Amino acid sequence: MSIMGKFKETIICLKAGRVTLPYPAQPQIAPPTFRGRPIFDAAKCIGCAGCANNCPAREILVFDPCQEVRILKYLGRRCTYCGRCADVCPEKAITMSKDFETGTGSIGDLQQQLELFMSTCQRCGRCFKKPSVLEQLKMTGYRLDDLRDERWIFRSQSYLEGEPLVDDIRIELD
Amino acid sequence: MLKNLCKKMFARSLWVYHANSGGCNGCDIEVLNVLTPYYDVERFGIKLVGSPRHADVMLCQGPAMRSTVKALQRAYEAMPAPKLVFAIGSCACGGGIWFDTYSVLGPVEKAIPVDFYIPGCPPRPEAIVYGVAAAVGLVDKKTAPVQIKQLELPIPRYHPGDLRGEGELVVYEKVEKI
Repeated sequence: MSIMGKFKETIICLKAGRVTLPYPAQPQIAPPTFRGRPIFDAAKCIGCAGCANNCPAREILVFDPCQEVRILKYLGRRCTYCGRCADVCPEKAITMSKDFETGTGSIGDLQQQLELFMSTCQRCGRCFKKPSVLEQLKMTGYRLDDLRDERWIFRSQSYLEGEPLVDDIRIELD
Repeated sequence: MLKNLCKKMFARSLWVYHANSGGCNGCDIEVLNVLTPYYDVERFGIKLVGSPRHADVMLCQGPAMRSTVKALQRAYEAMPAPKLVFAIGSCACGGGIWFDTYSVLGPVEKAIPVDFYIPGCPPRPEAIVYGVAAAVGLVDKKTAPVQIKQLELPIPRYHPGDLRGEGELVVYEKVEKI
């Protein structure tokens, strides 16, 4: 009986086969519902900064160095791939790719920076009126996020003296 | 340099210690998923150990939090000398989606030096396998910073010489961009 049992066990073990994926040697395709990191298309982007306003992790910075140029910088450090930027984009310039192989030695490798040309009104030269308080909360007008320190500045006039910045990540250890 | 260090120091195997400093357990489950027979990372010699004193690599999940940052630093100091830290998940890489709340101090690199980042929320088990394999030097990394400038300014300019009347319509012969 016991010998037959051992034979049965052997047959079961031989039948089971191998389940391990040959992953790093052969590519693996993500399932269709998977959202990877967002890819920004500079040709379609109109620079409305809707993605920056909707990003829950505040990972998209917008900086206006002058009237015509707007710099849009995606950092990708704490991006959760929620897809809200792609959802809100009116021109479908952001696509959530299936790219999950983003392991990297330096976190700056995930950045994408677009330098966009913003056209102005041909009559007045400028299309912004002075924002109300509600519009300041919605952050229309100039955006002056801190690109060097990679910080998102909460209001468009926060660079003025006396206004506190949203201090990104300051550690206090005792 | 990291690759050379890995090849030199960790030629045979990596023993990983799995430290969660306040994450949501999503990345924990993915890391444990990597150790299952399906993704079997023991073929690369990676083994999960229970103590930081036995470990070569610390896998960090979750941000550095006010209550756990000291424990994280003590666990890092307890590891023997050639040591690596992998930050797994968005929280460990950049502070997570609650990066500006009271209890979250920020990414893990604010407390301990991080050598390799695997972003994702949570990263797929394949992404973790890929990141570890890329750190050890089995595969090449694929990401690089992207910087795009619009060189041609997309404003159409109409010359009056190119206008042509066609009934009621006015047709522009050519549209050039400045």
